[in-house]
Amino acid sequence: MGKGQYSQNQLDSTIVIVYLLLIAIGWSAIFATQYDGTFSLFDLSSNHGKQLLWIGVSGLIFFIILGIDRLFLMNISYLVYGLILLLLLSVFVIGAATKGNLNWIDLGFFKLQPSEFAKLATAMALARYLDTPQVRFNTWKQRAVAFALVGVPLLIVLAQGDAGSALVFFSFVMVFNREGLSNWFIYLGIYIVFISLLALSLDKFLLIGGIVVLFSIILTYIYVVLPRERTVVALIVGIMLVSIGYIIAVDTAFHSILKPHQQDRINIILGKLEDNKGVGYNLAQSKIAIGSGGPFGKGWLHGTQTRYDFVPEMSTDFIFCSIGEEWGFLGSLVLISLFVILIQRLITVAMRQRTVYARVYIYSIASIIFMHFMINIGMTIGLLPVIGIPLPFISYGGSSLLSFTIMVAIAVKLDSERLVTA
Amino acid sequence: MSNNADNRAGLLKIGVYIVAIVFLVKLFALQITDKTYKLQARNNVVKKMTVYPSRGLILDRKGRVIVSNDAVYDIEIQYSLLKKFPLDTLLFCELLNTTPEFVSKKLDEIKRTSPNKPAPIIKMVEQSAFARFQENLFKFPAVTYTTRTVRRYPYGGAAHVLGYLAEVNKKQIDNSVGYYEMGDYVGITGLESYYEDYLRGKKGFTYQIMDVRGRIQGLYNDGSEDIRPTSGYDMVSSLDILLQTYGELLMQNKSGSVVAIEPSTGEVLAYISSPGYDPNLLAGRYRGHNYSELNKDKTKPLINRPISATYPPGSTFKIPADLVVFNNGVHSPEWSYACSGAYYGGSVRVKCHGSHFLPNVVSALKQSCNAYSCTVFRDMVMDSTLGTPEQAYTRWRNGIMAFGFGNVLGIDLSGEKKGNVPSADYYNRIYGKGRWKANTIISVAIGQGEVLSTPLQMANMIASVAEDGVYYTPRLLKYFVKDKKIFKPSTEKHNVGIPEYFFPSIKEALAETVRSGTAARLKSTDFDFAGKTGTAQNPHGKDHSMFVAYAPLVNPVIAIAVVVENSGFGATYAGPIASLMIEKYLNDTISSKRLYLEERMLKANLLWAKDSIAKTNLIQQ
Repeated sequence: MGKGQYSQNQLDSTIVIVYLLLIAIGWSAIFATQYDGTFSLFDLSSNHGKQLLWIGVSGLIFFIILGIDRLFLMNISYLVYGLILLLLLSVFVIGAATKGNLNWIDLGFFKLQPSEFAKLATAMALARYLDTPQVRFNTWKQRAVAFALVGVPLLIVLAQGDAGSALVFFSFVMVFNREGLSNWFIYLGIYIVFISLLALSLDKFLLIGGIVVLFSIILTYIYVVLPRERTVVALIVGIMLVSIGYIIAVDTAFHSILKPHQQDRINIILGKLEDNKGVGYNLAQSKIAIGSGGPFGKGWLHGTQTRYDFVPEMSTDFIFCSIGEEWGFLGSLVLISLFVILIQRLITVAMRQRTVYARVYIYSIASIIFMHFMINIGMTIGLLPVIGIPLPFISYGGSSLLSFTIMVAIAVKLDSERLVTA
Repeated sequence: MSNNADNRAGLLKIGVYIVAIVFLVKLFALQITDKTYKLQARNNVVKKMTVYPSRGLILDRKGRVIVSNDAVYDIEIQYSLLKKFPLDTLLFCELLNTTPEFVSKKLDEIKRTSPNKPAPIIKMVEQSAFARFQENLFKFPAVTYTTRTVRRYPYGGAAHVLGYLAEVNKKQIDNSVGYYEMGDYVGITGLESYYEDYLRGKKGFTYQIMDVRGRIQGLYNDGSEDIRPTSGYDMVSSLDILLQTYGELLMQNKSGSVVAIEPSTGEVLAYISSPGYDPNLLAGRYRGHNYSELNKDKTKPLINRPISATYPPGSTFKIPADLVVFNNGVHSPEWSYACSGAYYGGSVRVKCHGSHFLPNVVSALKQSCNAYSCTVFRDMVMDSTLGTPEQAYTRWRNGIMAFGFGNVLGIDLSGEKKGNVPSADYYNRIYGKGRWKANTIISVAIGQGEVLSTPLQMANMIASVAEDGVYYTPRLLKYFVKDKKIFKPSTEKHNVGIPEYFFPSIKEALAETVRSGTAARLKSTDFDFAGKTGTAQNPHGKDHSMFVAYAPLVNPVIAIAVVVENSGFGATYAGPIASLMIEKYLNDTISSKRLYLEERMLKANLLWAKDSIAKTNLIQQ
């Protein structure tokens, strides 16, 4: 089969099929969380009814995107990015507060969550920037621009109190890495996370003392092996001092910036706080729901923990509980496999793109979906702190569904035209 | 595109696999290895709820329901919901007839013990008050209720027979090997207690699904694990409730007992302890309050007199005493005796009612001659053919005890007293062995001295006479009914050891007592009965009036003993009451000629502590 024989509109069937399966699973799970014995499919007062509406809207938008010219998509990237930034900022003015996070705009019929669309817009803008002919992502100036494209929405979202969505922007680090940023940044990231965890779980004076002792041993060793390497010594001392400063900063931030309920959540995940009825209740109930599913689950509509409101946020952030409870390990395995297939396929598809725009864009959304997948499921099974972000395609919510649908639709659209020369 | 970039994309791919594998390992641990979540999930949503069986009804011998069950309501409050839905305390108190102080006290208690689930705040609210509250229930979102049952006594009588229910205590829970739980009701006294195991039935359980707010969402597993309650056995008691309540009316404002027995079966027809109380007082919401009021009452309405009060049986005791002497071959019913107005034995003198010639036991008993009974008793105890006085007395005592004196009869109530027929050992201890004779202890011959009997024992004795020497262990249970099957208790027949041929003369004496003897004024042309008066000397006050009787003369259907404390001679109060009850039982109605007697009995107020019944403080529900 020659290259030229590819149809201009050949959609990647794997992505489309997995996308449809995930949407279906999501809807059935949302239905199950509200099921009360009656069956009313199109009841718009119910979550599943509204979600069905959003699925319809998503389908429509999917087809509209498939019809849009890819160059047009590329060209409107900055515009979309700019509009979304404006929307994000407008939340401060007209947004309404929900659950302590100021992150949505009430449009009457729809509560628009601009932060959900910000990831999409950032992916488009970043792709657009890196696609600029003279940009090779190898000078610090260019990197600074790229970082800023990601950093600005990240900071706005963070300022709105939506730490979960802000965290998702870190998925672009994977994109940067893919585009040439040194692995050292990844290692540095891991080191920062490691030190942060230590700073949060241990007494700061004990930790600083430990670090001083550890670095002294390393310095002594280096002095014995490489007595004359002053730069290495200076570097290590520098790392030590920065680490100590960072630890103090983290400690201060934890105690003076984070709200008490956020402190509690972190303390619970670190095992410092055991409270199954208070803040840890969410996590405890989430694990009970999933754990009680057993190997094959209780069956669709037979989940007791999710149906009777024991799991909070069960149709949004904790939707995985419903699947774990009603479909058991087998269902969890299927769902996780579908996500793995989707993400792997997106990465593969990204790598076969001929334009930087398509490659960076698709790689970005693979990273974003991966980040959501990791944080959301990691949270529900107690591997990560309770951070409220939706499970793509599954969680209830119009903004999230629309945003991920557009992400996938553009990816599929770009991929289908990868052989078309501009 | 550089290989480096592809490698890095590969790194992300590996990262995705690693995350997926970590998730699956964790999920495997959560869902397959760790079984505790299943249990926790079940505990989360499944609430085991007790389904109370309906307690067995109690009917009287004619099938009238004397104890039934009524629905009452425990008002429950979930403390944790009060923050969101504050309690309108004023309205709550007004509707449920309680005080804000009580409510706040209970709320403190609930806050400490079980704030997160509905806990009872007011128990056993009666239907009428609850109906009013239920209309306003929507104003109290934190309030729920459960339905319970409470005992109701349509005839309001027989409190001491029936007993009452109360919440189980710690000891009863521990002893029940897991059956009782906090908040269960259990029979405390009377038949409710004695036949608790039959009446209570068997509790059932239902497994309900509750949502996170404690609202019931349906049956767990479609109820497949539920256990249905088994209702209790319905009890047909031996009582005739109309006779019972009539007797209670006659005994009003008097202290004493009435026990009526059907001689041919031992079934107790009436069992009255006076002063009594309306059993409805000790059922329901105000039980605790009413109990303490009744307990404070100086006339002691809570005492179960027919089995736990003992009296010297007085002259009624001459019946078994004389029979035992005749049976031991000392004298015969035809032995004649001339009473000189008193019994003289050494330094002992027992007064009689006057001097008279007594051709036989009939005239002795109908005039209740003390000297006669003392003489025949002495002649037996001192009869050398029967051995020493001690041996002869022991024979006499055994003969007396065969009538059921000096020991519990084994009626189906707890708390029965033995009474007393003093033993030879007892006298040996007091006077020294061989140093006492008939005259030393002569007062036992006429039912005084150390002899003590419960009213039940007196009734049992006269029943055994009515049956010519046979009695059946007195019983309040006729039979149980369960699922249309009848469960009859076995009857225990006892022989008093006196040959039948001694009875005609004794029975003639008892009939003569009513015709022309000490109870002649009770004579009626409408019915015949036989009886014996008694007066028990009471060192604390006026003598106790006693009367034992049976009727009719042939094939008796009722034997009765009446004790009226502090009322003087047997024929003044005890006799009339016994005769009225017999007439009521035989004829269903009191003849117009005797209505004056009935009226006199109803009006008589013999309570020494007249003002002490705190009736105004009792709360009827």
